Amino acid sequence: MHNLGYDAAHLLGAVVLLMSFALLYQRRLFALLHVFTLQALALAAVAAWQGYIQNSPHLYVTALLTLGLKAILIPVALRRIIVKLNIHRAIEPALGIGLTMVAGVSLVTLSILLVLPVTEDSAALTREDLALSLGVVLLGLLMMISRRNAVSQVVGFMSIENGLILAAVGVAGMPLVVEMAVAFSVMVAFIIFGIFLFHIRERFDTLDMQKIESFRGESH
Amino acid sequence: MSVFLQIVQMALVLALAPLLTGFVRWVKSRLLGRRGAPPWQPYRDIARLLRKEVVLARNASWLFRATPYMMFTAIWLAAALVPTFTTQLALAPTADLIALIALLGSARFFLALAGMDIGTSFGGLGSSREMMIAALAEPAMLMVVFSVAILVRTTSLAEIADFMMSGAVGLRISLALALITLIMVAIAENARIPIDNPATHLELTMVHEAMVLEYSGRHLALVEGASMLKLLLYMALIACIFAPWGMATPAAGGGPFVLWGMATFVAKLAAGGVLLAVFETSIAKMRVFRYGEFLGGALLLSLLGAIFLYVSRGV
Repeated sequence: MHNLGYDAAHLLGAVVLLMSFALLYQRRLFALLHVFTLQALALAAVAAWQGYIQNSPHLYVTALLTLGLKAILIPVALRRIIVKLNIHRAIEPALGIGLTMVAGVSLVTLSILLVLPVTEDSAALTREDLALSLGVVLLGLLMMISRRNAVSQVVGFMSIENGLILAAVGVAGMPLVVEMAVAFSVMVAFIIFGIFLFHIRERFDTLDMQKIESFRGESH
Repeated sequence: MSVFLQIVQMALVLALAPLLTGFVRWVKSRLLGRRGAPPWQPYRDIARLLRKEVVLARNASWLFRATPYMMFTAIWLAAALVPTFTTQLALAPTADLIALIALLGSARFFLALAGMDIGTSFGGLGSSREMMIAALAEPAMLMVVFSVAILVRTTSLAEIADFMMSGAVGLRISLALALITLIMVAIAENARIPIDNPATHLELTMVHEAMVLEYSGRHLALVEGASMLKLLLYMALIACIFAPWGMATPAAGGGPFVLWGMATFVAKLAAGGVLLAVFETSIAKMRVFRYGEFLGGALLLSLLGAIFLYVSRGV
């Protein structure tokens, strides 16, 4: 009735989604980075496992890229930015945490309701991977709008990209070039983010978006 | 045969519960670099409490005196329902997950009433917090029950264990989410560290200890015994639903299989105790105002688990 390849892929995908929820739940920047690292590790495991069951070696490259960039390089770099800029470590969510979680569950339900009817004639694993990854993408967006701190918005952006990779590895026959392109565009985005964070900090002395908004000259 | 096994089960949970609590405390103090009391210390504590006289407040009502007995009976009965080493128990037909939750709920109800009975501020504070936790933990627990019941098509614990052992389920997102939820609920219900600190008295953040502050002598022994049984019950429940392997089944028969079931049960408890101790030492106590987030998170995870049942293949 069940096969291990399907079950394990499914479960690992769910771990990635669960980590997105854990990202929404965190209140401290370092804890946020730890969870982000865990999500990247889960994603690398998904890619490697998919490579194994689909018998396509190039997914191992994706797994290695994810492991190297997302699980090691970006967290370390973000950590250095946090330490160097001496950012206030506690996250102040714009919405309450409970409310954000409720919104998150509704978003995941929405993505399931959306994906399942559309992809009715494709394989079960692809469908569920798509539902899961759409959930991760939406949760990343939710994270970007519900957090005031620029660093946690960057983490939200990176987790959106995790969702995209999750979708890409679930579909059999996705060429490596696409994944490489996505990975490197994210890397470039990350570098730009890093530079921006430094500049914002230098100019406005804060990374809190609500305070920065007052500099736009719109009176509240 | 099944009646005999049921009696063995009731004796076994009663005998093992203090040892489990003592073991968790011992592992925790080892992890903290202390020598710690030996694992069998809770037996001595309970024996000492049973010898001591009961001191009652002048305004204590019958409810206050009756609660320890009611609570202990309800939890002991609940612990007897959960299959630990075999699924062939005399009470197995009544071992329904919803009945189990009802038994635990009524025990909590009486304890919360007793907490308010004397009229001390600590008791009322503990009771109100306990009810707040219960209001969030019970729906989460029921959602777990529903997820499992939809998957297995029964709420009978013995049948769930048999079904899980047959291997027809495989790895499932819903079950993983249900497991996480059940662990979070178990932590909250047993007053373990992120929610409550089981080791302290007279702290403003305590929940369980605040309610039982007025108890003494054999009443306190019963209340403490009931909370030890509750810890064992939750571990047995998690083991029964998510890791039933090793349990004796009707197909396997008795004799050596029952003994093997007992050995694996003790091993599961030991593993659970070590994990609990490691978890508790590696995490800090939560502020009371964050309980809602923790348990609300548990509720949402269980809801997500139920949603995923309809996504996964072949429900």
